[in-house]
Amino acid sequence: MKILVCISKAPDTTAKIAFKDNNTAFDENNVQYIVNPYDEWYALVRALELKETLGGTVTTVSVGGTDMEAIIRKAFAIGADDGVRIDAEPTDAYFVAEQIASYAKQGGFDIILAGKETINYNGSSLGGMLAELLDMPYVSMATKLDVAGTTATIECDIDGGTEVLECDFPLVISAAKGMAEARIPNMRGIMAARTKALNVIAPVAADKLTEVKSYTLAQGRTTCKMIDAENAGSLIEMLHNEAKVI
Amino acid sequence: MSILVYTESSKGKIKKASLEAVNYAAEIAAKTGTTATAIIINAGDASLEDLGKAGANKVLHVNNASINASDSQVLTRILNHVAESEASSIVIFSNDLTAKAVAPRLAARMKAGFVPGAVDYPQTDGAFTVNKNVFSGKAIATYQVNSAKKVISLLPNSFQVKTDAAAVAATNFDVPADLLASRIKVKEVKRETNELSLPEAELVVSAGRGMKGPENWGMIEDLAKQLGAATACSRPVSDIGWRPHHEHVGQTGIAIRPNLYIAVGISGAIQHLAGVNGSKTIVVINKDPEAPFFKAADYGIIGDAFDVVPKLIEAVKKFKASQN
Ligand SMILES: Cc1cc2nc3c(=O)[nH]c(=O)nc-3n(C[C@H](O)[C@H](O)[C@H](O)COP(=O)(O)OP(=O)(O)OC[C@H]3O[C@@H](n4cnc5c(N)ncnc54)[C@H](O)[C@@H]3O)c2cc1C
Repeated sequence: MKILVCISKAPDTTAKIAFKDNNTAFDENNVQYIVNPYDEWYALVRALELKETLGGTVTTVSVGGTDMEAIIRKAFAIGADDGVRIDAEPTDAYFVAEQIASYAKQGGFDIILAGKETINYNGSSLGGMLAELLDMPYVSMATKLDVAGTTATIECDIDGGTEVLECDFPLVISAAKGMAEARIPNMRGIMAARTKALNVIAPVAADKLTEVKSYTLAQGRTTCKMIDAENAGSLIEMLHNEAKVI
Repeated sequence: MSILVYTESSKGKIKKASLEAVNYAAEIAAKTGTTATAIIINAGDASLEDLGKAGANKVLHVNNASINASDSQVLTRILNHVAESEASSIVIFSNDLTAKAVAPRLAARMKAGFVPGAVDYPQTDGAFTVNKNVFSGKAIATYQVNSAKKVISLLPNSFQVKTDAAAVAATNFDVPADLLASRIKVKEVKRETNELSLPEAELVVSAGRGMKGPENWGMIEDLAKQLGAATACSRPVSDIGWRPHHEHVGQTGIAIRPNLYIAVGISGAIQHLAGVNGSKTIVVINKDPEAPFFKAADYGIIGDAFDVVPKLIEAVKKFKASQN
């Protein structure tokens, strides 16, 4: 079984968000990057679990500059066999999907996994676009993935519940919470990561369908009205009369 | 040209988020001098008149039991076909679970610029731009869509729903059978029947590790029930199995923006706030006056949950009685 896992980087969850160049670009100063949690905790770890029980290989693919390599090595330390970096600045999800699709077309992958979204752009776009460009079935927001022979069984969230789906290889899946538990790389993994193959390939041409023109920080709340615990019940009147939410 | 809006029904009614998306499509249609067409698949006995009342100029009903609605590829082919036959260059979704599976696919198929989770109306004079939340709600980005075709999914609960337009009769729309081939088999559907769906809930009562153990959730559920609210929880609570995973809100759970979010015994870590700070009104109940959540709240009560929550339940009961 050949599994491809799409890996992206994201600012550490506690990073201070700021913008530069007249609010047209994210200010990376003092920002620590991590493997996007959905890609790492759920997609990559589940891929590794499947490989460990059923055999096969786990390859990662990322679109980015040289700064992406530390992120890819982290995925190696956790257990990925090898990785590909497509050497281009990711401009939007469609651009990234075109790059990965072009690579994956030659790869003969059985399962392509992505995280359900990145925690910086929160688009939930890549998996669906990739599946369309590859003409493959797509299951989004999967919370469980099992494989028997060449068939995947997937559980995913639907409105007000869950459903269990079955699909033959090849297919694209986006991974949400529930698929696996986070893994902490051990010393052996970290040592091995240095010698695993990280192949750099050139990007293909792709249309720039969207671009971010500017950013603004979200407005925080200014005042918190304190209510005495003894008098907690008065909150309900305030929610009705003042906030008008009940 | 027209604007196509994808809608769904649930439990015999058009979904509220779909009506909101129709309002949104109708507004963009008015701004750009065109019309809004709503499409719905297998609506059952839901009243299709509501789509017209929400502003659709035309309502198309695809009624075909052999459509596998769990297959994003099938829905994509159908919507692409409808968009072509209606000459729609803009397709609108509500950013729900279906949209997350189908909208990016459709965008790639149509070579349309895609903005997922838009939070307000696009600017259409000159360049086409629309705002969306980024960095898990910590910032807003203005996206410019360069392509002639566009797919936009609207973040639910961004606008008040209006249904004051005139009803229009729905037209049946037949789709060619060759679009319906599916490689996905549905083995089982599990619905949590009585629970309110968390992403769509207007009121949410959420609790964290401060509740000490799963046996103490009775009062949280009771408060939620009295308010007609859904329940949610912080990540550690779902990680240790006190509550189901689908209740986990935050940066690595789901992001919600109800009208009212009541947080009980949750410290307000930055990753938790990222999933709830879009809520209209936030109430925080915590025994620690230094809890960071108070800085992100509209109303705060410093006190022991075990003492405050029962008082709130009583107050809601009294309030409801006074409303009758
Ligand atoms: C990469 C990453 C991603 C994360 N993603 C998420 C996420 O998506 N969602 C999320 O929630 N967390 C997330 N976290 C975890 C987050 O950092 C916090 O650890 C978590 O939110 C804390 O949960 P809590 O508030 O329930 O528990 P605690 O931090 O333990 O807080 C419990 C609170 O209850 C109060 N309390 C205790 N007893 C009582 C009482 N009797 N009455 C009233 N109040 C009481 C305490 O004062 C305290 O403020 C993430 C962390 C990381 C590193």
